[in-house]
Amino acid sequence: MSLTDDRAALDQWYTLGALRDFPVGAETPSRLLGEDLTVRRLSDGVEVRAAGRTLPVRTDYGHLWTSFGTPEHALFALPESQEPDRRWIHCGPVRVRASGLRLVENFLDLAHFPYVHTDILGSEAHPEVAKYEVEQRRDVDELWATKCEFYQPKAAAASDEGQISKYMYRVVSPFNVMLYKTPPTAPDRWDVIALFVQPLDEAVSVAHAFMLVIDETSTDAELSAFQQMIFVQDKIVLENQRPSLLPLQPGRETPTRADLSSVLYRRWLKEKQLRFGTEPRTDLQSTDLPNA
Amino acid sequence: MPKLYDYVLSGSCYKVRLLLGMLGIAHETQAVDFFPGREHKRPEFLALNPLGQLPVLEDDGLVLRDAQAILCHLANKHDTSGNWLPRDDRFGPVMLWLSFAGGELMAISGARMIAMLNYPGDLVALQAKARTALRLLDDHLADRAQAGGLWLVGPTPTIADIATFPYVALSHDAGIGHEDYPAINLWQRQVRKLPGFVGMPGVPDYF
Repeated sequence: MSLTDDRAALDQWYTLGALRDFPVGAETPSRLLGEDLTVRRLSDGVEVRAAGRTLPVRTDYGHLWTSFGTPEHALFALPESQEPDRRWIHCGPVRVRASGLRLVENFLDLAHFPYVHTDILGSEAHPEVAKYEVEQRRDVDELWATKCEFYQPKAAAASDEGQISKYMYRVVSPFNVMLYKTPPTAPDRWDVIALFVQPLDEAVSVAHAFMLVIDETSTDAELSAFQQMIFVQDKIVLENQRPSLLPLQPGRETPTRADLSSVLYRRWLKEKQLRFGTEPRTDLQSTDLPNA
Repeated sequence: MPKLYDYVLSGSCYKVRLLLGMLGIAHETQAVDFFPGREHKRPEFLALNPLGQLPVLEDDGLVLRDAQAILCHLANKHDTSGNWLPRDDRFGPVMLWLSFAGGELMAISGARMIAMLNYPGDLVALQAKARTALRLLDDHLADRAQAGGLWLVGPTPTIADIATFPYVALSHDAGIGHEDYPAINLWQRQVRKLPGFVGMPGVPDYF
């Protein structure tokens, strides 16, 4: 496979990983949207090259970001990164044989907590997803789901009892998503847990989980292990989902009320005419085909 | 109280967690940031295990490395039934399968690190070695089933089953499915039914 011609996918910022994973002086191979890349970390900056050309680079939030195209928006804002008492936890890149869009959609889903993260993020005795609100914020081109609540037996590494966790979800670009969640030890603030997806190919992705959390007791190893445990519980489900590419065609998958955020996410992807990581549609006239 | 130096995604640590669960041994754990932090290669951890590998168990001043050795130690010290580490004719075959679990079967671990965490290595070669090991295990379990046996050795589960189960169950992460190994699948179902069984991320729940 070679670089996609999907304009909507090309014109986005993608992370290639935590900056600290690219040692100064070293050349590291990487891959994005079907194309091989080379990352060179120099003492005064980073260079990302693909097929003989140099790509734009950003180094915000401890991560390396690049794009093949011209992103319409600046990289998303993350004001919590300025707060001095936040712990920065890089959970490490994990490769998943699934569409990156499937990863984002799974990240947005509350309903699977009792069944996939049993007795941790949910319990089978409390499966109900309470009504929540979704909105598309057109000024910043982000999706938000707010007023989400869920009973969680072990909401975070520092939990020693169950709690009703409050959640907000925020999709900042098709492959970058984060959630805000009540920390067990600071109920008036929000932990930030981000999932930055690096789509290698349409059905192979690398997940970079990153947390900005309030937690004075857990070790880095405990915080990272908790998030890795959750993510690898999702991985086996993601790799067995069929079709592995996200279907956008009406009727291919049937959402329920709890899937409101997924419905909005898919509608937003269609509006952007994004194709990379989606199942080819057969219901469109050729003149309607995105980028035809 | 025994203390396990643990990493949640390690199949070798999972061997120890399984036996601790099945024998109901009270213990504490200390999380080691194996990935991405490589804490197991730092001086503090190398003082515990100069090989820089997980798991490590501390028990009454004894510091033990190697999952198979730790299983032997725990069964020797805590199992009152004498069945998990039998001292009769089953002893030799139990050792044989422990050695297999820490040897040939670890090809699955190597393939899993490459497929999942992008470690360097030859994925295709390791997958081929892993399939050879699984074939041998499946044939043995098929013979056992023919003779009415459910377990690797003898009429009860032993630490041979506990040492072998984790990387077999985690083979999906290495890009190897279970569809070619019917006897292994029957055996996996038996292991899952044992009292005190615990799962881990990546071990399928659909048996």
